[in-house]
Amino acid sequence: MSIFEVELKKGKFVIPECLTCKDVVWPPSDYCSLCFGKVNWRKSDGIGKILEYSKKGNIFFCLAEFEKKIRIMGTLQVYSNQPEIGKKVKLDTCKVDGRNYNFTMTLV
Amino acid sequence: MNKIAIVGYGTTKFSREEIPVESLLLNATKSLFDQNPNLNQKDIDAVLVSTNDNTKYLSAILSELAGIQPKTAHTVESLCNSGTNSVVSAYSYIASGLADVALVVGAERRNSPGQILEWDNSRGEFKHPIFWGTIFTKAHKRKFGTTEEDLATVSAKNHKYAHDNPNAYSNKIYSVEELMNSKILTDDLKVSDCSRPCSGASAVLLVSDKVVKKYSDSPVWINGIGQKTLSASFTKNQDFSSMSSTREAAKIAFDMSHLDPIDIDIAEIHDAFTVCELMAIEDLGLVSKGNGAKFVKTLYETEDRKINPRGGLIGTGHPLGATGVAQIIETTQQLQGTAGKRQIENAKVGLVHNMSAAATSSTVLLLQS
Ligand SMILES: [Zn+2]
Repeated sequence: MSIFEVELKKGKFVIPECLTCKDVVWPPSDYCSLCFGKVNWRKSDGIGKILEYSKKGNIFFCLAEFEKKIRIMGTLQVYSNQPEIGKKVKLDTCKVDGRNYNFTMTLV
Repeated sequence: MNKIAIVGYGTTKFSREEIPVESLLLNATKSLFDQNPNLNQKDIDAVLVSTNDNTKYLSAILSELAGIQPKTAHTVESLCNSGTNSVVSAYSYIASGLADVALVVGAERRNSPGQILEWDNSRGEFKHPIFWGTIFTKAHKRKFGTTEEDLATVSAKNHKYAHDNPNAYSNKIYSVEELMNSKILTDDLKVSDCSRPCSGASAVLLVSDKVVKKYSDSPVWINGIGQKTLSASFTKNQDFSSMSSTREAAKIAFDMSHLDPIDIDIAEIHDAFTVCELMAIEDLGLVSKGNGAKFVKTLYETEDRKINPRGGLIGTGHPLGATGVAQIIETTQQLQGTAGKRQIENAKVGLVHNMSAAATSSTVLLLQS
């Protein structure tokens, strides 16, 4: 299992960053896709913005971008505010469920 | 470089039945042989199988069942555009002189394991294709004001045309209104917006210009090929209201063939979801960006079959590995003037658009009679 998955299983979202060119590598990989440099795993602040969203039944889901590079789809918890394109979200929970990842975000 | 033509085809009906992939492959191959009496098993230099089925060694299995001992035999897998990828591979074998006659057979069974890309974990738990279909639809609505009626019109048109295709999965005609009331999957996608997995197989025979006369008096030439792969992850698309891999593939194909979008008489478009037909005709340059819906409405109202005359993936069904090959068969029939009720008058130039995994890759082929 990759370091990414080991950490994700603990609920932690870690990001591979290239030691050589400093690019954030996504999807997670052991080597940089630009220069094949080795990566260092660091914590993310988990703050992103909504690129697109929709709803299935009562559940919102969205596609959000983190660190100007990492794009993931997840469930969007909505309390009072309605989602909008460009609105900030916080990555709340990360899980590994079998072969699937599972992300929950909240509107900031 | 050898010139390459399509000189024969065969297909099964696309259906909900669960049929072993080996039987599907053989049935389409038998149909091709039945329709091409001049073809002998000994003529075939290459057998390529297109599928997402996990079964091993299928091209050797098909060759054995069909009594063929080709020089080259292997499977090609590239999700939903496996079919055109295998045809491009066959083209390359012939163009290079490694083969003169190549048989390409695409097949999928309804419950094929290949319909969801497990690898793409950036989609989180939203891996089912309906979620990228939803994001594309929402983005196209947002940018171009596309309505639910526009989407239902694509589906109504393709179901209507599929009604005249004896091999199609669907044989029902629906009104736009009926489709607008179909089951809701997400806020932006209904059942009527989706193509459906099914069982089916389609086969084509490709040959070099050196031997073309033996097999056909009306060959259809592959004059343009464009392909582009951007990524495997859906989320890497820069803009969710257009397909940049399709734009790039189209440019390459048009440049190679010295043709322009205005030359196209018939186009087979990869309508995995209704919005994909709109996005694709825009990105291929058949209409300007944002005018896809208006164009499709006019086609529907005037019964003009220029786009997806066989009923598209939505009307015909989407057996992944067979789809690209079936699109090529329809285009071939249209250019040979043998499409029967579906025939577009005087069709000379055809386009095939086949893509995979939310347009992370696309193939565009240009065919001429
Ligand atoms: Zn690097």
